[in-house]
Amino acid sequence: MTDSAVAVILGKKEKFERTPDRRQEDFHDRLFELEADGELVVQRVTGDFVEVPTKYGIIKKIQKSNLWHHKSCGQCGHIPGYSTSIFWIMRKLGYEYVDPEDQTSCTAWNYYASATSNQAAQAAVAVRNFAAAFETGNFPLIHCGTSYGHYKEVRAELLHDAALRQQVTKVLGRLGKRLVLPEEIVHYSEWLYAVRDEIRARAVRDVSGIAVTVHPACHYYKLVEGDAIFDPDVYHGQRTAAVSGLVMALGADLRNYSTFFDCCGFGFRHILVQRDFTRSFSTLRKIEVMKEEADPDVVLTHDTGCVTALDKSQFAAQAHERNVGVPVMSEAQFAALAMGAHPFKVAQLHWHSTNYRPLLEKMGIDWRAAWAEFQEEAGRLKSGEQEFLTWADVDA
Amino acid sequence: MPAATKDPYLKRDHVAGHSDVDRATKERLISQVMADSRFGDYLYGCYECGICVAACPSARFYDFSPRRIAQAAARRDVDLMFQQMQEDIWECSQCFSCLRCPRGNNPGGVITIMREVAVKEGLHSAKDALAGYSRIIYKIMSTGTQVSPDMLQPDAFPDWGPEVKDVSENLDLWRRMLPPETMHTTTTGWQVADRTLVELYVIWLETGALDMIAQVDQGIHMILEEIMEEKLEEEGIEI
Ligand code: SF4
Ligand code: SF4
Repeated sequence: MTDSAVAVILGKKEKFERTPDRRQEDFHDRLFELEADGELVVQRVTGDFVEVPTKYGIIKKIQKSNLWHHKSCGQCGHIPGYSTSIFWIMRKLGYEYVDPEDQTSCTAWNYYASATSNQAAQAAVAVRNFAAAFETGNFPLIHCGTSYGHYKEVRAELLHDAALRQQVTKVLGRLGKRLVLPEEIVHYSEWLYAVRDEIRARAVRDVSGIAVTVHPACHYYKLVEGDAIFDPDVYHGQRTAAVSGLVMALGADLRNYSTFFDCCGFGFRHILVQRDFTRSFSTLRKIEVMKEEADPDVVLTHDTGCVTALDKSQFAAQAHERNVGVPVMSEAQFAALAMGAHPFKVAQLHWHSTNYRPLLEKMGIDWRAAWAEFQEEAGRLKSGEQEFLTWADVDA
Repeated sequence: MPAATKDPYLKRDHVAGHSDVDRATKERLISQVMADSRFGDYLYGCYECGICVAACPSARFYDFSPRRIAQAAARRDVDLMFQQMQEDIWECSQCFSCLRCPRGNNPGGVITIMREVAVKEGLHSAKDALAGYSRIIYKIMSTGTQVSPDMLQPDAFPDWGPEVKDVSENLDLWRRMLPPETMHTTTTGWQVADRTLVELYVIWLETGALDMIAQVDQGIHMILEEIMEEKLEEEGIEI
């Protein structure tokens, strides 16, 4: 192929225009129609927001402040530095938020693992959370990729299935709540993408020497794909820009590998009761390929299950002398570290399985001193001098 | 020569196995799958091209194929679909990579529906697949968060490395060292308000989700029913 032929192809890719018949419907039309009919309440984006491009060109609005954090059970439970970093970044950038107690899990991990639920129950759980956010006047921000993907599925079902809408409205009525859907369903990685320049401006650590590979979460961009961020400036708009867009903004060395599209192997039920599959897929199809083709210092991703599968699967593979051994974390933790966050008090890396210490060294972080500091704080809690580590302690 | 069935695709009867289950039972189950309001959105026929298989993680490590699922469903092949409900559907990772189907199919979504019917009907495949899973069902239905810090036990996750032991030994202290105030919990992912739990119970009961548990694990169902009824009584809510 001649150089000019390549240029023509790339030129087309930069535009990434779908022909109209391949474009998905804009769900907003139906959403506002049902609102006008009085069938549901739409929670609008308010205050400052950023417009971001999605796969088929529909613009998505990302509200910057006053966010209601829909937490992830796997993040809070097993990777707590993940959620802590999201909160920490938001505080550092000066945005208001609510960390609610009237939030339940989306229950989709269980649903995709065991199917011990049904469409109406799943939808009711989703909109109960949306109603709770609406009541506070803060806009929901979804931490988990699976919650995000599942809620988009639920939204499509509610918009197009009158019987389901009726059933769910009735259940909500028993709870004294109305059927509320937000104007946009927003994943935290979209918020990070939207404020990536503000994050870069607050970065205190040079990450230009850090080689990064990204694993995009299936439930983020494969489920209801039209609603995921695709940016012509990131991979020519051919792959989702979530995570990678932030990595680029931070100036890290973003590297490609050939199994980018592959799943992490989490499997929902497999990670719990059939982990031989998860371990094999995670290491053979993702980590080893990344190591072989891109040799990253860190793997960044944006979902609970992906961090878990990619991080925890490496220990057993190491015993088999496979080509593994690369730290895995969320891009939120990485961005927080770049912004000067404490690796243990904020990023909570001691909950991770893979060895993150060489990465910290490369980022110029003295992990020995940081761990000693963490232990000193732990001593204060053990002695009863204080009960909890607070945000004030973290920022001290 | 063995006779072919009336199946236009000329499949021979024994291929799908499970001849001990009568045709009427199979038809009843499969018609439940097809009656699900999502089914029509999830399947528009099948080119049998195998693109979904190329994207599918489970196909790589199991004798499993989303093409076979879509193909059987598109042909309305009751025998094959029943076989898949008993032998295949629990291998799926529910990643939805198969949504890249050029026909616009969602084989993973068809599997979700087949699994739901398998659970509701108490099929062996559902019981086998969910053996050892009861604790999660208990957590999610009773506490409002699905996985909790105290699940990180070295005997449950020996393959996750020594850090699991560190976490479990320091659990209470390390949870208190999390700055977000809602995350000092050990038995739930975060602090869930009492009123919120009650609302969740109402959802499980009103939508029939709790009834589904009885089919796969009667013990857990009884415990959950008791917990929920007690709590709802306290709050003066009648179902
Ligand atoms: S489901 Fe779709 S991708 Fe899979 S074989 Fe059929 S047409 Fe091809
Ligand atoms: S959802 Fe299931 S069938 Fe589809 S690609 Fe994933 S594992 Fe394969």
